[in-house]
Amino acid sequence: MGRRILFITTDQQRFDALGCNGGTVARTPVIDSLARDGINYTRAHPQNVVCMPSRSTMVTGQHVATHGVWMNGVALPEDAPSIALTLRQAGYRTALVGKAHFEPLLDPFLRFAENRMGRDGTHSEMFTMPDGSVVPHRGFDHMEFAGHGAAGNLHYVGWLRSEHPEVMGKFVPNLDGDLEVTTEPGGDTMAPQVRTTNDVPRGWYHTEWVADRTIAWLDSMGQDDDWFCWMSFPDPHHPWDPPQSELHRVDWRDLDLPAGYIADHEEREKVLASKPAHWMGWYDGSFVSNYEAPLKWVPATLQPDQVREINAMVHVKNELIDEAVGRVLASLRARGWDDDVDIVFTTDHGEMQGDFGLLFKGPYHVDSLMRLPLIWRPAKSAGIAPATVTAPVGHVSLAATFASIAGLPRPDYTEAPALPVNDDDARERGFERVLTEWDSVLFGKEVGVRTIFRDNWTCSAMLPGTLHDGTEGELYDHANDPLQRVNRWDDPSVRSLRDDMLADMWDHLPSVVSPRRTCDAPV
Amino acid sequence: MAYIRRDIHIARTPAEVWGFLGEPARLHEWFPISGCRVEGTKRWIDLPTGITFEEDIHLVDNHQRRFVYSIVNNMLIKDHFGILDVVDDGHGHSIVTYSTQCTPNVLALVTAGAAGQGLAKAKRILEGGN
Repeated sequence: MGRRILFITTDQQRFDALGCNGGTVARTPVIDSLARDGINYTRAHPQNVVCMPSRSTMVTGQHVATHGVWMNGVALPEDAPSIALTLRQAGYRTALVGKAHFEPLLDPFLRFAENRMGRDGTHSEMFTMPDGSVVPHRGFDHMEFAGHGAAGNLHYVGWLRSEHPEVMGKFVPNLDGDLEVTTEPGGDTMAPQVRTTNDVPRGWYHTEWVADRTIAWLDSMGQDDDWFCWMSFPDPHHPWDPPQSELHRVDWRDLDLPAGYIADHEEREKVLASKPAHWMGWYDGSFVSNYEAPLKWVPATLQPDQVREINAMVHVKNELIDEAVGRVLASLRARGWDDDVDIVFTTDHGEMQGDFGLLFKGPYHVDSLMRLPLIWRPAKSAGIAPATVTAPVGHVSLAATFASIAGLPRPDYTEAPALPVNDDDARERGFERVLTEWDSVLFGKEVGVRTIFRDNWTCSAMLPGTLHDGTEGELYDHANDPLQRVNRWDDPSVRSLRDDMLADMWDHLPSVVSPRRTCDAPV
Repeated sequence: MAYIRRDIHIARTPAEVWGFLGEPARLHEWFPISGCRVEGTKRWIDLPTGITFEEDIHLVDNHQRRFVYSIVNNMLIKDHFGILDVVDDGHGHSIVTYSTQCTPNVLALVTAGAAGQGLAKAKRILEGGN
């Protein structure tokens, strides 16, 4: 019997969403307690700021350039390395419950296993690997999927359709009639993708369903089984339509505007204009580079009260997640497993949530999207002391961390070592930088960004694309400019720092897998 | 309207490749659909999700080795045009291209993605794989 692993992810959750990271609105005592008893990483970045590439890094332990899921809509190959498979081969029982999204969701041809399993209500699909071994999809014995509402082919949707069809129409539909990401306005402020009339009972909401199904799977484990369970909440990702019964928790009228929101529009536009052109292009609606940014919504129209209302909805969702995590942890305690379970909590990427007058996500490598919650609460039996790690770390270390917890050597396919347990450990093992990549090509609009965070600076290089000639970039000094408003890319006084960071970045980025895989869906 | 193309090289003569891909009623043998039916210039294809697409066949040109069709009368797809070409690569083998234009834009990606998978399967079949 070894250490079990509960890997908890959310979707599109900011660093400052949690009380342990300075959040002052949503009450997150359960996750805060994990941080208090474990290791809280205060500078954790994803290797990409949208779902599919980021999640592919989590499961493979590889940078985006290597696993090749370079944008949403590009499927992770079925034979890609998987830490779940590695753990399974070592005797672990494995499950993923909730949002997977290693494969496109919009899939009318049912080309992808996630959608086939969801539609058929099955929980595994066998796959023959190149070496002839037959394994369950991505190495998970059990897969049970949910997404952001009541559309698609996933298990949660099938459950709603079967058990509670009357609430199917309560959620904001993800797509509009043109199959573009919806801009449907709602709430008190007519903010995009807000709905305050979703009267789905809390117990039927996907956050609760993910916790319920996780508990059910854990209940099916033998007392001495080793297991790896990835519990993956679709929230607090938009649409912002939590159960109406829970909206009383946070009144948007009571909220301050977030620090990252620049209220004065002239100042806001001046800041945006100092960044590479795709920033202002998204803001004024002239350049929508990626499907995750709704085509028919213009951020320049965003009003302060809409920012408040959206933030209130996010806080409600975050509280529901915290309470759902609490239920799962209680089930672990009831089984007597608490001392032997490692818990890792993170999210796939952040959300602009009003910063710079923007919402959603895209090729914007600032803390809003890149600085993430990451907490590792080691099993008590491991004897690892609580710590706060300020050194830069990335999701690319997760797979090696899980292997380490299981007592396995670092898998050959991983590109980063296991997470450090404190800052001394980080220093000794060379955690100096974290890298993030962006590529998108959507109907002729191409954007590429490569970013390094090091020494409390962020440096991003734009690749040649539709709006950029490859000379543009961003350089932010987090110590003196924590909101990243002053782009110092062209500041001669920090030119040598910029050049040094860029050289370091290019030295450490792996080569891009070639040929580039096709993008077969928008998301 | 979005425009997407997929292409593949197949180590078989254009005549051999066209003999397979140029037959509208054999689409289900290589494209990721569950079945198809052809009546004159109409084709109906059944998707694994249970959806049926109705298509108009505009051209089956055995000389140019070109197939042209449209998805019609579809609640989601407002406008569509697809072309499959088989051309000689200059060395006696074939280059197959599938081009599509579609509204809504995103369905061009999805349709071309399915075509890409289908062309890869056609290559395996024609070159003697599984």
